Amino acid sequence: MNFPYSLWSKLILLAALLAFPALDMPFYAELVAKTLLFGLFAMSLGLLVGYTGLASLGHAAYFGIATYVVALMTPGYEAASFWLTFPAAVLISAASALVVGLFVLRTKGIYFIMVTLAFAQMAFYLFHDTALGGGSDGIYLNARPDATLFGSKLIDLDKPLHLYYLIVLVLVLGYLFLQRILQSPFGRVLAGIKSNEHRMRSMGYPTFRYKLAAFTIAGGIAGAAGYLYAVLFGFITPELLSWHHSADVLLMVILGGMGSLGGAFAGAVAFIAMQEIFSSFTKHWQLVMGVVIVVVVLFLPGGLVAIPRRARAAFFGGASDE
Amino acid sequence: MSDPQCKALLTAVNLTKRFGGLAANQGVNLSLERGKLHALLGPNGAGKSTCINMLSGDLPLSEGRILYEGHDISRLTAHQRSRIGIGRSYQRTNIFPQFTVFENCRLAAQSRQQRAWKIFSSAAVDFAPEKERAMAAIEETGLRDRCSRQAGTLSHGEQRQLEIAMVLATQAQVLLLDEPLAGMGSEESAKMVELLRRLRASHAILLVEHDMDAVFSVADTITVMVNGVVLESGSPLQIRASADVQRAYLGHEGSFHV
Repeated sequence: MNFPYSLWSKLILLAALLAFPALDMPFYAELVAKTLLFGLFAMSLGLLVGYTGLASLGHAAYFGIATYVVALMTPGYEAASFWLTFPAAVLISAASALVVGLFVLRTKGIYFIMVTLAFAQMAFYLFHDTALGGGSDGIYLNARPDATLFGSKLIDLDKPLHLYYLIVLVLVLGYLFLQRILQSPFGRVLAGIKSNEHRMRSMGYPTFRYKLAAFTIAGGIAGAAGYLYAVLFGFITPELLSWHHSADVLLMVILGGMGSLGGAFAGAVAFIAMQEIFSSFTKHWQLVMGVVIVVVVLFLPGGLVAIPRRARAAFFGGASDE
Repeated sequence: MSDPQCKALLTAVNLTKRFGGLAANQGVNLSLERGKLHALLGPNGAGKSTCINMLSGDLPLSEGRILYEGHDISRLTAHQRSRIGIGRSYQRTNIFPQFTVFENCRLAAQSRQQRAWKIFSSAAVDFAPEKERAMAAIEETGLRDRCSRQAGTLSHGEQRQLEIAMVLATQAQVLLLDEPLAGMGSEESAKMVELLRRLRASHAILLVEHDMDAVFSVADTITVMVNGVVLESGSPLQIRASADVQRAYLGHEGSFHV
């Protein structure tokens, strides 16, 4: 029963995303692209929060580092190669997560939250207080990466449509990659760690290494989202690494529902939609959004993705899974 | 391997654990052989769980050595000890309550596989060796018809059986069992004792247990601990006859009937 429903909803969403540019609404196209990137970013954090039980409050660091990688690899007005900068950004983000993970994964609970935050703040101040990336003013990306492959300009990132479809493609690949991981033996180990790490160790699993692998993968995917964000907007500020940004993505995951990739994605969509809608009629939109998040957390512990299931249970009298 | 000195699978020499000034274990010597069940008795607070925790690697030693097949394993971590064949169960049920019984055991069996690192294969797709081992452990502990139930919904006694099944699925050679009969009804207890008898044939077992009848009926060797030290160690007959043990137990609990 469940599987076809969720498969159908995903296929319909994908079809809608592919058809969207036909509506020819440039402002919304950028908003949709941004939302997709936050969806990918939130899914990468979902791997940690929802599946491994690691509530990181510093995930924006890996998103932000990738934005600076593309900016710093494009010093002048000459476009850098996409095929060089994209893997570099993903790898550098993943490597940063690996190094940070070596330290933070030795802690648990509130300490984990605090040290992930501390490392992210270090990265924030590295770009904010030094001339490395334009300091607090941020830095412009003067030329979008060049995706020429074997001499053919099949993909031109200066064309919004091309960039949009590249973002959809990376989102789909990122989703499939995470989905695949979660169903693998490795994914089962992560679920076991979330449920009962002590027992996992006593059954012979070196849990630290598994958590480190998950942390690194999540950092790399956040980097992919950050890279495309920089290419989309062409302007990078240290705010992208700030703890507000880390808190936003954590809220997206909680809002949408922990423990499902679809939930993290739905949370990102809802978060950005609320941001747009509330800020259009009040200056105090953050207040309104705060209330909504509190209400969701209190009355919908499963997050937004639990709504269809609950609605079905309510209408058809099926057993709710609580 | 025919050397009688090497017959012990796991040997603990001068096991000592201090928490600040308190010696929870002081100079404990133990040896576990395949085919033998060694029971650890003692009043609450005697240091039995501390002892198991040191053997399993959950607690570091303050002093002493642990030998497995003659190799010093005192410095190995809990997961490394599990990998060489030392499995343990817990006094307070320590399972994965949201997973099915089968998944609890499959995950335990998977820990022996390099496959645990494969991120692109599917865990649900048939993988004979680990599924077989998980099923064998489930059969052995009598949980066959509970296979697809969520572990958290099992009765207390069944959860205790699952504890053991998970240890078996890791193919442990040494079983460190911390009060497997705790909180069980008499019928469930009888089944568990039956299981311990069967497992004894192919494993080296250390059993911490409060149920005297059970201990005296299955143990080959009994070690009695009081206040962190070994009071007496010997066959069930010797322990029954020991005046020291009588005195210690009557002093602490008064429930040791012989």
